[in-house]
Amino acid sequence: MGETVIRAVDGVSLEVRAGEFVALLGTSGSGKSSMLNLIAGLDRPTSGTVVVQDRDLARLSREELAKYRLRVVGMVFQSFNLIPSMTLAENVELPLRFAEVERGQRGNLVREALDRVGLRARKDHRPSELSGGEQQRAALARALINRPQLLLADEPTGNLDSHTGIEIMDLVGEFNRQLGMTVVMVTHERALAERYAQRMIFLADGKLIDEQKNAAVLERTRS
Amino acid sequence: MKLPDLTELAVRNLRESVLRNSLTTIGISVGVASLVAMLSLGTGLQQMFSRRLAKSGLFDTIFVSSRRELRGMGREEERNGPAPGESRVLDEPARQEIEQLSNVLEAYPDIRFVTELRFEDKPHLTMISALPSSAKSNDAFEGMQGSFFSSDTAAEVILQKSFAEELLGKTPPLGSPEPNVAELAQPLRGRELLMRYAQRAAAPPQTAPRPDEPASPDATVGAAYSVISREQKLKIVGISDLDVESMRGPMRAKVFLPLKLAESLHVMQQTDLREISRAASDQPVYSSISVRVKNPTQVQAVEDAIKKMGFTTLSILDASRSLQQVFRVLYAFLGIFGSLALIVASIGIVNTLVMAILERRREIGIMKAIGASDKDVQSLFFAEAGAMGVLGGIVGVVLGWAIGQVINFGTNIYLKRQSLPPEHFWAVPLWLVVLAIVFAFLVSLVSGLYPARRAARLDPVQALRYE
Repeated sequence: MGETVIRAVDGVSLEVRAGEFVALLGTSGSGKSSMLNLIAGLDRPTSGTVVVQDRDLARLSREELAKYRLRVVGMVFQSFNLIPSMTLAENVELPLRFAEVERGQRGNLVREALDRVGLRARKDHRPSELSGGEQQRAALARALINRPQLLLADEPTGNLDSHTGIEIMDLVGEFNRQLGMTVVMVTHERALAERYAQRMIFLADGKLIDEQKNAAVLERTRS
Repeated sequence: MKLPDLTELAVRNLRESVLRNSLTTIGISVGVASLVAMLSLGTGLQQMFSRRLAKSGLFDTIFVSSRRELRGMGREEERNGPAPGESRVLDEPARQEIEQLSNVLEAYPDIRFVTELRFEDKPHLTMISALPSSAKSNDAFEGMQGSFFSSDTAAEVILQKSFAEELLGKTPPLGSPEPNVAELAQPLRGRELLMRYAQRAAAPPQTAPRPDEPASPDATVGAAYSVISREQKLKIVGISDLDVESMRGPMRAKVFLPLKLAESLHVMQQTDLREISRAASDQPVYSSISVRVKNPTQVQAVEDAIKKMGFTTLSILDASRSLQQVFRVLYAFLGIFGSLALIVASIGIVNTLVMAILERRREIGIMKAIGASDKDVQSLFFAEAGAMGVLGGIVGVVLGWAIGQVINFGTNIYLKRQSLPPEHFWAVPLWLVVLAIVFAFLVSLVSGLYPARRAARLDPVQALRYE
């Protein structure tokens, strides 16, 4: 099974500027998720380089990659990936534990992050007691807590109805504009990308096939 | 991750699958309990034997004898070999010199002789030994009926129980239960005995020794002193329950006299025959001296000092050292058997944690995606294993202690039925409690080694894909 080499991402050259909102588009199997995993430092390229803030992820040790994921990257997923046995507050606090932030400061940071996504009242609930939109907002709060410069979103609205999806995307856009976070989002919904991303990159069979600037969004974010 | 966070997360994870984790923890507890039970049995037995030995009051005592009597060392009854060369004589000045050594409480001669005691006009030949007044305070006379000597010169006597039986004409068949001391004491206390003995006199005898005296043939050998037959009335004040066979030194006799009284009697002793050349002086020569040391730990030092003076020494330390050896072996065996259950339990930990990895695969993936390092994940599994170990250790110690109490209780009921005194042969010392918990902790960590490493190595991309 694992013996066959599959080139999930093949010869793609891509540059993302700080503060940019980029959407990776493509059908399933196009390699967009693999691409995101490479940027997230969850996976390593067999050849080529991934350079984020002047560091080549392919050359980092496992320990350094973990630190990179902790400090530089915030991630949200299609299936939210909250830990079911923990309350929202605990889920959001988890990266702070890994970052060894003082106990005294954590409470405030968690409250702040939950406030930003409007979930303060739900902080003691478990993920299973919340709607999908609420769960994804909690996941956003968790991605935000360590103040990363890079937000990676893998189909963040994939499990949500369109209305809730827009709510979430508004939040992501807000992070991009207000906090200056660079956003790379994987999606297969072109409409969503057109509405929020400054640039759209189209992948198919692991190759980059097209790239479009989104003038309307660019206009909006500049103002 | 910091330790408090690690512990918190570990405990939270353990609570998530309560049933499985508590079963594993119970497994550890049973292992620890068996270890604790085994080792406390060993410790208890050792303490019991030590108590028994201490009861003889000889842990702080050194026996000193002259080098000339090397052959008879430790067996005072059979000294008749030729004197091996000239060395120091164990006489009164030597005794005083020993008494002056630091940490020495007292040094008293062992006076011991076989002579005839008459009770109700029937003669009984027996071994008589002198006891210093300090013997009163040692545990050896704990089970005695009656009282100790009223003074160090009183004409009083304490009988060993088997001799008391002999006096009463009750000789029990072999293997019968030990006689009741109180029963024996009742008809004997306050009665009188007549001791007939041979006195050694420095001056030539005025009267010829009686031909029926046991020591009389020797009188013809020594011109320097003579032997006079004497009689002494003695009042029975106590019956001791000491077992002659279990005793050593001055306790190894059936009849005890106060030391000063015995000294003043100048009873003819076996050594006198060999020290004939020196016997001209009035200073008595002793076959052996008992030296009591302030503290059992100083026995070795004092013993060395006395050896330097040119005497042969023997202390119970020699005996207890070999006993310790035996107990070390016993400990090792009990420890190995006790640990077996713990090792089986440790396999349970491995199993539980490997299962937990499978179940929490996705969770591990999430943690890694949001920044947990391999080390964090590994530490978390270690902490879970360690927490189970410590918890199991604590429960196990309590369980082991409880088992011990129950067995001790049960055995004492049995002992009571057999009309034997209760024994405390089960001891859980603090070091064992600490050791058991630390050991359980370490065993758990070792068991956690493989699962923790496996969890740490999980590929986050694959782990996240896992549903």
